[in-house]
Amino acid sequence: MASDKIQTLTDANFDQTVNQSAQPILVDFWAEWCGPCRRLAPTVDELATDYDGRVVVAKMNVDENPSVPMRFSIRGIPTLLLFKGGQIVEQVVGLADKASLKKLIDKHV
Amino acid sequence: MSSPRSVIIIGSGPAGLTAGLYTARANLQPLVIEGLEAGGQLMLTTLVENWPGFREGIMGPELMAEMRSQAERFGAAIIRGHVTSVDLTARPVTVTTADAHYETRTLIIATGASSRLLGLPSERALIGHGVSTCATCDGYFFRGKPIAVVGGGDSAMEEALFLTRFASSVTVVHRRESLRASKIMQDKAFANKKIAFEWNAEVEDIKSEAGAVSAMVLRNNKTGARKEIPVEGVFVAIGHTPNTALFTGQLEMDPAGYIITHAGSRTSVPGVFACGDVQDHIYRQAITAAGSGCMAAIDAEKYLEGVPQHIGETELHA
Repeated sequence: MASDKIQTLTDANFDQTVNQSAQPILVDFWAEWCGPCRRLAPTVDELATDYDGRVVVAKMNVDENPSVPMRFSIRGIPTLLLFKGGQIVEQVVGLADKASLKKLIDKHV
Repeated sequence: MSSPRSVIIIGSGPAGLTAGLYTARANLQPLVIEGLEAGGQLMLTTLVENWPGFREGIMGPELMAEMRSQAERFGAAIIRGHVTSVDLTARPVTVTTADAHYETRTLIIATGASSRLLGLPSERALIGHGVSTCATCDGYFFRGKPIAVVGGGDSAMEEALFLTRFASSVTVVHRRESLRASKIMQDKAFANKKIAFEWNAEVEDIKSEAGAVSAMVLRNNKTGARKEIPVEGVFVAIGHTPNTALFTGQLEMDPAGYIITHAGSRTSVPGVFACGDVQDHIYRQAITAAGSGCMAAIDAEKYLEGVPQHIGETELHA
């Protein structure tokens, strides 16, 4: 079950949300049919709780929202992008454990 | 610290979960630490047609979900977590994850193997941008686009066939002049009009434009001739490397890094057992992994029966 702390991004609200976010925003690009994405989901949920109030955690379904993933040349999922001030500051493709994700995020909070 | 566990299993593919099932049924209350690639390689496959008992085949992720539930039904505790270090020199053995530290009287290693990459400098930077080791994960992004699959084994053919659902064309790049894949997979691949073959060819470079793969440079290893083929995806299926970095220097391994097992699943350290692809570079099947997981469970059980369980207490009361 996705945490209620997680925002859902779409092609329509992506730019506004990411550019106007006062906090860094972590976006998880995923799809229903992607096994590794399902494995990563609980970790992303935990990050949303751990960084509540400091980092916005969001998910974007690439099936329903093709244009933003295309713009960032995303050709594989799961992909995590961390934005700060509207710019990509970190990128993780594929599975990663929570400790190493925290290390990356901590550089920017 | 609480008393050591009887069994810890690292890994949750067919080997790890079968070891979990058997040790749970032996009432050893196993702890299975599932690892980053939980469920193992079958999580990245589609239809598995050679798992006995399913005449129509079964989807890989579904088979793994069943195995997991079956092990849990008999009391295996399966936890998310990634082991960061082990100490096999002390008794009990210790296992450390990012957030916990465990002691165990026996350890079953089922960490499997992960996809190998080509080792090109351009490759790592392009993972997620056209370079992939998982057709079922990433095939979707290549609808109507030309792509390549590198490799000549069963997994390469499976990926190529799966990718024809999306791609406009699939070029199989193989460094020999015949495939290593099984006859049935070869026949399927040769019959597919979307699949073309580049024989005696090695990928020398992967080129990119605007941050995504745009072409590959092939070198013919017989003639030395080079050619560039425009592709937007390169799927690498050239085999696997065993996940044994945790055990380097602590267990006997072969030159390729596979754990060496003796007399069933025994490793060079008493009480430490290995099963599945981490110790098998020959068969590498779900069914052989599961079979060796069963062997490891029985070997661990026998070991525990032969080892005095409460040495400390016995001495205290003597």
